[in-house]
Amino acid sequence: MPNNRMREITYKQAILEATSQCLAKDRMVYVIGLGVTDPKGIFGTTLGLKEKYGSRVMDMPVAENAMTGVAIGSSLVGMRPILTHQRVDFTVLSLDQIINNAAKWHYMFGGKMKVPLVIRMIIGMGWGQGPQHSQNLSSLLASIPGLKVVMPATAYDAKGLLISAVEDDNPVIFIEHRWLHGTYGYVPKKMYKEPIGKSKIMKRGRDVTIISSSYMVLESLRAAELLKKEGIEAEVMDLRSIKPLDEESIIKSVRKTHRLIAVDGGWMNFGVASEVIALAAEKGCGLLKNNPQRITFPDTPIPTSHALAKHYYPRAVDICNSVRTMFNLPGIPEKPSVIKGGIGFDVPDKTFKGPF
Amino acid sequence: MKINKKLFLALYYQMLRIRMVEEKICQLYPEQEMRCPVHICIGQEGIAAGVCANLKQDDYVLSNHRSHGHFLAKGGNLKAMLAELYGKASGCSKGKGGSMHLVDLNVNFLGSTPIVAGMIPVAVGVAFGSALKKEKKVTVVFFGDAATEEGVFSESLNFAALKKLPIVFVCENNRYSVYSPLSARQPKERDNLMIAKGYGIYAQRGDGNDAASVYQITKKAVRFARNRKGPAFLQFDTYRYREHCGHSFDHELNYRSKREFNYWLKKCPLGNFEKKLIKRGVVDKKEIFLIRAKVQQEINMAVEFAKKSPFPEKKEVLTDIYA
Ligand SMILES: Cc1ncc(C[n+]2csc(CCOP(=O)(O)OP(=O)(O)O)c2C)c(N)n1
Repeated sequence: MPNNRMREITYKQAILEATSQCLAKDRMVYVIGLGVTDPKGIFGTTLGLKEKYGSRVMDMPVAENAMTGVAIGSSLVGMRPILTHQRVDFTVLSLDQIINNAAKWHYMFGGKMKVPLVIRMIIGMGWGQGPQHSQNLSSLLASIPGLKVVMPATAYDAKGLLISAVEDDNPVIFIEHRWLHGTYGYVPKKMYKEPIGKSKIMKRGRDVTIISSSYMVLESLRAAELLKKEGIEAEVMDLRSIKPLDEESIIKSVRKTHRLIAVDGGWMNFGVASEVIALAAEKGCGLLKNNPQRITFPDTPIPTSHALAKHYYPRAVDICNSVRTMFNLPGIPEKPSVIKGGIGFDVPDKTFKGPF
Repeated sequence: MKINKKLFLALYYQMLRIRMVEEKICQLYPEQEMRCPVHICIGQEGIAAGVCANLKQDDYVLSNHRSHGHFLAKGGNLKAMLAELYGKASGCSKGKGGSMHLVDLNVNFLGSTPIVAGMIPVAVGVAFGSALKKEKKVTVVFFGDAATEEGVFSESLNFAALKKLPIVFVCENNRYSVYSPLSARQPKERDNLMIAKGYGIYAQRGDGNDAASVYQITKKAVRFARNRKGPAFLQFDTYRYREHCGHSFDHELNYRSKREFNYWLKKCPLGNFEKKLIKRGVVDKKEIFLIRAKVQQEINMAVEFAKKSPFPEKKEVLTDIYA
């Protein structure tokens, strides 16, 4: 917990600090991406790096697929690139290089070479980001053998996991969430690593296990808070890594609570929540007292209108209601409507004024 | 150039209307009711107006994130566009798309999307399908300078040239990709015209801030494409005055010099055109006043329509997934 070597900084500052420390420690590390050196610096996560590290921090042409191949090639000869994208959706153009080359290079040449590449992607949400600017494709990427996928929910983990990702000898997909960038947390100043593939219990409880990742961890914690008032003690687990999954901890928690809710800020079918529940079923977590539940996005593209976003995005209320059903309690009424001048369901807080 | 009064008035009207709509959006955006990213095209109206004046109602147009001007110049429905920005059920995409996903099938504006260069091959496909059906239509696709850096740009030119498709590629070179100047993204020797010509494609460059010249250059290209001589590539130099995304100016970010900005401000496509028309006696101040008043009234009514329209209902989340 907080001590004198820690201070509260934002998630985005944590990413900036981790990147800066990696650049300082290893001259093989470089940062490349659209807008990395511009005055906004990828929502503040790369600000000032160019001034400090010069040519190892660079902008690039709008050519995601080629630039991913370029990053891969440079990693074959010893560089350790951090490639950034302002939205997950833009990386879709580079799936060929990610899936066909980065993920398989080590394997298809008999383990002779490695691709120590980090690809940062940011999930958009709300403010009308819509069908092509707010997708979370973590489960798609996590289904590819050879990739690692991490999705930190806190500033502390953002720093620790980014450093681990950079020092890892494999391609690591590092997925951020736009609504987490402004959140605060205690973060040590020194360089430290958080293990890839290890989850974290964010709140202990005995009655139900809520497993989530990234931004949905915050909604899960809010739900746990609401449930506590009813005397229900939820255990909230932050996966932190989607691939590899922390099987042991998932099983351990579900064996204790005998109830499981898998929450994911992505689609249900073939998704992270499905994977968690499949794992629990397969590895036998003892008899569950209720059918496990998935709380995810509906099986549709993401609508733009804030009136639809309100119904689209699952929030703490929905998690809470799912748990309440398990305990035969009536559901909490529907989310309040989007009121003129109100905060609405399409912004993380009042300070967010769009447009991006 | 010989003054064709009717044409010049049409170009002027088109640019003025786009400018006034965009300014209205900029004025209303801070109300926080249009809750989607908007990419304002103020400064680039000359291209939308000059290109689309050559198109028939059933010619096809596809566009990118900065598409308000293209949509309007092609004859897209203003009310449906504004309602879309407000996320309303009466919007052109029923609120599911927002500013970055405009469509109006009545005038064959087949859509705009914000993935850079994503529409270029789709437009080639539209021209391909149209040619297979032996239609006499031309397809136009608008994109920015950054889109030419994507691999799919080259791949699309290749196929369009291979099949001699009736398509006009229109590159709006406003020199920036968000805050990144051309110099950070392309070698200075690069010449898109040479690239297009390398594929055997007819290519021309023009001043995007001169609607009359855009019109003339496009006229030849459209005729060329319509006569099935093959695709055409046009690049127009221009400038965006507002921030990349959003309603404001962004001088405080200092990624563009004041000098550069002022240079382009003096080249305002609308202001200069207006002066020229007055000087040559095509219109006088009073007529301009009346045109403005008429456009303002139309815009106010469209805004009122958009604001008063109902939001899509909850069940709309689950519709339109499959045809
Ligand atoms: C594939 C992809 N990469 C990155 C982005 C982010 N982005 C949105 S607009 C834009 C700039 C595009 O510049 P240009 O095509 O020249 O059009 P302009 O905005 O200047 O009109 C970028 C990079 C995107 N939308 N899609």
